[in-house]
Amino acid sequence: MLKYTLRRFVAAIPVLFGVLVVIFILARVVPGDPCTAMLGEKATPEICERFLHEKGLDKPIYIQFMVYVGDIFSGDFGTSIRFNRPIVDILIERLPLSIELGFIALVIASTLGITAGIISAIRHNSYVDVSTMVLANVGVSMPVFWLGLMLAYIFALVLKGTPFQLPPSGRLSPGMKCIPFYEVYDWNLVPDTFAYGVSEFVSNMFIFNSFITGDWIVFLDAIQHMILPAVALSTIPMAIIARMTRSSMLQVLSLDYVRTAKAKGLREIRVIVLHALQNALLPIVTIIGLQLGTLFSGAILTETIFGLSGVGKSLFEAITARDFPIIQGFTLVVAVGYVASNLIVDLSYAFFDPRISLE
Amino acid sequence: MSKQRKRKQKYSQGLWRLTIERLFRQRSGIAGMIILGILVLIAIFAPFIAPYDPIEPLIGIENIKKREKPCIHLLGCSADKPQHIMGIDGNVRDLFSRVVYGTRVSLFIGFITIGFAVVVGVFLGTIAGYSGGWLEDVIMRTLDVMLAFPFLLLAIAITSVLGPGLTNAMLAIAIVSIPAYARVIRSSVLSVKEEEYVSAARAVGASPIRIVSQHILPNALPPLIVQGTLGIGTAILEAAALSFLGLGAQPPTPEWGAMLSAERAQLFSAPHLVFFPGLAIMITVLGFNLLGDGLRDAMDPRLRL
Repeated sequence: MLKYTLRRFVAAIPVLFGVLVVIFILARVVPGDPCTAMLGEKATPEICERFLHEKGLDKPIYIQFMVYVGDIFSGDFGTSIRFNRPIVDILIERLPLSIELGFIALVIASTLGITAGIISAIRHNSYVDVSTMVLANVGVSMPVFWLGLMLAYIFALVLKGTPFQLPPSGRLSPGMKCIPFYEVYDWNLVPDTFAYGVSEFVSNMFIFNSFITGDWIVFLDAIQHMILPAVALSTIPMAIIARMTRSSMLQVLSLDYVRTAKAKGLREIRVIVLHALQNALLPIVTIIGLQLGTLFSGAILTETIFGLSGVGKSLFEAITARDFPIIQGFTLVVAVGYVASNLIVDLSYAFFDPRISLE
Repeated sequence: MSKQRKRKQKYSQGLWRLTIERLFRQRSGIAGMIILGILVLIAIFAPFIAPYDPIEPLIGIENIKKREKPCIHLLGCSADKPQHIMGIDGNVRDLFSRVVYGTRVSLFIGFITIGFAVVVGVFLGTIAGYSGGWLEDVIMRTLDVMLAFPFLLLAIAITSVLGPGLTNAMLAIAIVSIPAYARVIRSSVLSVKEEEYVSAARAVGASPIRIVSQHILPNALPPLIVQGTLGIGTAILEAAALSFLGLGAQPPTPEWGAMLSAERAQLFSAPHLVFFPGLAIMITVLGFNLLGDGLRDAMDPRLRL
């Protein structure tokens, strides 16, 4: 197991190196020159020359690349052109939102998807099965941005005044404030240290932060704001997971040992959960892992629609505003996260199916 | 030689006939074919179906205001008002006509992007699978790096390099789609390469190009067609997303994603302008997904999901 884990880590290194190269190249071929982008009207040739020299942009391209890689490894992602703030600070501020959104969407997609898939498989070819699969097909075909807007219209306008009314944008209602847990518990953190950064990061997950500080009003408000984006984001993965669960379960349910288990007189729920589902999980886990990319692509659109300043929306705005350091830093974080999560999915195979020895 | 070719033709005809026969026995395949058939007819006959011009505003032609609600005579809209079954958009144009013309744009996007991706993907995948060695490593690792980026993110990045616009957005989606096809073809090539008939062909001195085109590609075709059909749906969805973000089709092109994006801010006052273009995207993508599922079941029952 350890050997396999190490080997997979080593195999991921060339991919990550490639990712670095691609991001480095992309940021340099995006039209527009960084000097005029940053200094605007003030950019005279002399000032530009000094600017390029200061930023090391007049050095040969391979030295620039080595400096870039060196900076990344020392945790320096550069400074945003637009906000004039370190990228790391912006990440600490915005990544937690996306993680929360993605996590909740994935939980919704997995629980509902797997449940729907199991029910479909048990009632194979029934009315329930057919309608679930039709719904799943419609779910995969829906544009995320359209679904998000339609949900916003229904829950914020049509259902206005009913208990089902939900806010269509933002993270918290106006006037609400999520007090960081380290302030509530009087932790004396020194700004600009690693511990401060981590605490700040955690406290920016509003739902989690308000949960551990016991601030239930903010907790409920944050959840209410998260429902619509998370549901919109979860639809496509949910449909895909439901389909995979159904087909995987159908295959397992037809096997001999399931019949034996039923013949022994075990309760159906026990047969389904302990005998069938456990063995059907492998392809389901794979497909859930593959949904992370879908989730991220969806997050760009969902965050834009629901006015949430997460990684997706920031990245899109940075690309349109030519804010190269943000593009580089955020894309790198997303790509590394994506590669890492795929690695975790691969490693989890041994856990879900002991027959795979990974050697 | 000619006898061999004849037998081969007969075999491949059999495969296609079988596929089509099976497809017609499939609920999802039939549903997909019906939806796509209707859409193709709408795209071809758009000028006859659309009652108005999709781009020219109706100012001065009819007495209507911008963003007027749908007016359907059958549903009780007074008969003296002109009929606009999907309402009027923000530039005083008939939304229905724009949605009808949008069918052309979306089908065009889907077929062209995936056509391009399939050609390049087949080329790269065949080279990788057939040659092996360092060339395979270079190609496959490059594709791995592309797969390390979420689909839409990479498409956005490429569009931002090329500049916004429908052509560039299509190119971006095509490039991002390449790895999927290259991988399908490569794995087919790898599995077929060791078959005896390929060794036999090599033994009688067939050139690599001949072996690839006559023996390897026909066997790799079914998964490619399935993947391609499903891919067209995805490409349409992604192109709409890029247009929605302002990177794809530019106004006044009647593209569904762009139409939706233009009226996004008016969601609460004129929801019909957001609803109908989105519905059109969904139906189109659904058509390709259903057909793709049907084809998969028809061509290779083992792949059944």
